[in-house]
Amino acid sequence: MKVNKNSVGRDIPDELYGKKMIPFTGKGKGPYRERKSTKTFRESTPEQTKVIKSLRSAIKKGELTDGGTISFHHHFRNGDYLLNMVCHEVAKMGLKNISLVPSSIQSIHKEILPYIEKGIITNINCGTSGVIANAISKGKMEGLLTIRSHGGRARSIEFGDVDIDIAFIGAPTCDMYGNINGVHDEFACGALGYAFPDAHYAKYVVAVTNNIVPYPNNPISISQNLVDTVVELDKPIGDPKGIVSTTLRVTRDPKGLRIARDCVEIIKASGLLKDGFSYQSGAGGTALAVTQFVHEYMKAKNIKGSFGMGGATEALVKMLEDGIFEAVLDVQSFDTYAVKSLLNNPKHLEMGASQYANPFTPGCAVNKLDTVILGGTEVDVNFNINTSTESDGRIMHGMGGHQDTAEGAKLTIIAVPLLRGRIPIIVDEVVSINSPGENIDVVVTERGIAVNPNSQHYDTLMKAKHLNVKSIEQLKEEAEKLVGGKPKDPKKTDRIVAIIEYRDGSVLDVIYQVKV
Amino acid sequence: MVEKKKTTKIKDQLLRRTRLYIPGNNPAMVQNAMIYGADSLIFDLEDSIPIAEKDAARILVRNALQTLDFKDSEVTVRINSLDTELYDDDLKAIAHKKLDGILLPKTETLEEILFLDNLLTNLEEERNLSQNKIKLMPIIESAIGVLNVEQIASGPRVVAIGLGGEDLSADIGLRRTKDGRELEYISSKIIIACAANKIQAIDTVYVDVNDTEGLYNLTLKAINMGFQGKSVIHPSQIEPVHRAFMPTKEEITKAKRIIKAYKEAIKKGSGAISVDGRMVDLPVVRRSERILKRAQGNKKTK
Repeated sequence: MKVNKNSVGRDIPDELYGKKMIPFTGKGKGPYRERKSTKTFRESTPEQTKVIKSLRSAIKKGELTDGGTISFHHHFRNGDYLLNMVCHEVAKMGLKNISLVPSSIQSIHKEILPYIEKGIITNINCGTSGVIANAISKGKMEGLLTIRSHGGRARSIEFGDVDIDIAFIGAPTCDMYGNINGVHDEFACGALGYAFPDAHYAKYVVAVTNNIVPYPNNPISISQNLVDTVVELDKPIGDPKGIVSTTLRVTRDPKGLRIARDCVEIIKASGLLKDGFSYQSGAGGTALAVTQFVHEYMKAKNIKGSFGMGGATEALVKMLEDGIFEAVLDVQSFDTYAVKSLLNNPKHLEMGASQYANPFTPGCAVNKLDTVILGGTEVDVNFNINTSTESDGRIMHGMGGHQDTAEGAKLTIIAVPLLRGRIPIIVDEVVSINSPGENIDVVVTERGIAVNPNSQHYDTLMKAKHLNVKSIEQLKEEAEKLVGGKPKDPKKTDRIVAIIEYRDGSVLDVIYQVKV
Repeated sequence: MVEKKKTTKIKDQLLRRTRLYIPGNNPAMVQNAMIYGADSLIFDLEDSIPIAEKDAARILVRNALQTLDFKDSEVTVRINSLDTELYDDDLKAIAHKKLDGILLPKTETLEEILFLDNLLTNLEEERNLSQNKIKLMPIIESAIGVLNVEQIASGPRVVAIGLGGEDLSADIGLRRTKDGRELEYISSKIIIACAANKIQAIDTVYVDVNDTEGLYNLTLKAINMGFQGKSVIHPSQIEPVHRAFMPTKEEITKAKRIIKAYKEAIKKGSGAISVDGRMVDLPVVRRSERILKRAQGNKKTK
């Protein structure tokens, strides 16, 4: 097997499962490719009706065959029944060698494990966690897991790297002609951003709902001209309890709060925190604490920001309501507060995944970010970030918009503890790379802050003497000293079970099957 | 001229705005104790440790003293009180070169301090530690302790006295209130005893860890009364206490001017110091030094 070393030092095979692999060569240098497939055009007449009553009919109408590709959005999160229902139906129909393109796989999807083991599902394109990720790590899937960022996923669909035969779009509400929104009724999940590229580029688009509302549905997130058929089911497509949190909690862990406070000090020291400031953070406890502290500081100093982006949360929406931001750009809504805000506040704007983070568009929103707060499972001395694998080599997580926001934002801060239990988080070399070090400016831990010497903010931040700044090597050594040495390398076989793409479609890293 | 009483006290005006209690039997908390910027750390072997865990706590704290780097924080241990059978093993486990001080709970008499001083002198000799290395910080938690605080404050090695509000309230039979006015007399008595002996008085803990603003306000009050520090029971309490101790810009500017004038006066050999047309005495100079130290401390542990 011929391998090429990419610019982050990883060996990338020339070809994998018959597909050519293009090694990552650095941000902004990726392969610009002609679109491989164009959208199929369909026509309709005034007499046609779209509503049908079974998933099987929809699969047949979409002409899914062996080796076909089906997609899903993950906004029902761990309350999603739809992906399981469709896979059960596909299995019952005797189809095989199917590729899944969900925007995320969660632990609720463990029901599809037998189909992976039997070769009914052979490839998955997305970040994945839980039981399914574990099975793939152990080599239970015939084909390949392709891990992409949110922007990378949108790009892969729009450019035809991933050619979706049928997109199944779980619809909290839908009218009989296929207009969908995510802000009403018991399955309300808020923004439907990750379903936008699927709706625009799949060969056949199926809305699946329990709630047919009078025409026209209002507001319209995904519109009738994109939707081929509407499946109305009696069986629930989701569990409201798993869809959005009622309240996401700011961390109470003093270590997390310490890290959060230092993140704010870094933002202040960078000079970016002034009128017009734009900001994104995740929904984890520490990230929420940063949002809260940034809110308090901007309010006290009367700083007027421009926009907050996410993963919208109550914490972010409160900044909008307090007049700190002029707008919230929302690709997915994490809690009920954010869902209500998207419905009621005209300054809370829904956006699609491509608008959010696709690098191969004339402009995506991450490019306008001043600061993003991100996490990781490991960080190495070259500031490369791992979000997908644990220190034992198993796949545990996806990567969300990590790469996208890290490249786009002017100041990218990684907030991680130096240790998790007895596992050092800062290491010589991460198990796998999701986000290249060239995009990372600062790593904040409870025991010190490391600034990337290649960061444009390096000189400015080194002048801030009140910050507990150390070199990344010092932090690594401190972690090793506390736990009594370096972590062992994971035990792995030589079979590649997953690849991690950069958002431009080149390959950042490969993940090997673990030895059990 | 009246001869002033000479003391053999350890010279010590360390900044002790916060001293953080850490249960000595919790590895994760012990390991992370130094990251929150508390001026002083207290590894507890006493009330937060159930009797069956005493050995585990001693061993963990001993190992922590041997292996961890506590950065700029002062390291102390709260041992079990002298009316138990536990204190002796506590002392043997923890007498180490990284130990800066011992908190003696339920202190009631000067004799206890003298007794402990003696034990420590022997231990220091046995273990080749420098003499009087280990300081003492009694905690007053009973009515008798309050009555004897003047003597206790004069004891050897004693650099700070803490007020143990919870046990004391139970002993006296008073009821705690949110604004702490019931402890004002006792607080003042301890503060004056400390001031007379040039040592520090440290205020009692604030038990509601979620109410950081309540803590901030009560700390302001404690500072106004003359306390020089506060015991805290959760890392989230450090920030509000340090915020309360942060002098205002005006205070800092004035303190700087006073220190400058004082230094100039010494250089010139002139006795009288005057700032802004007002005479400045030595205690005012000392207070100014304290203000600057607090301001400096805040810069470091922001």
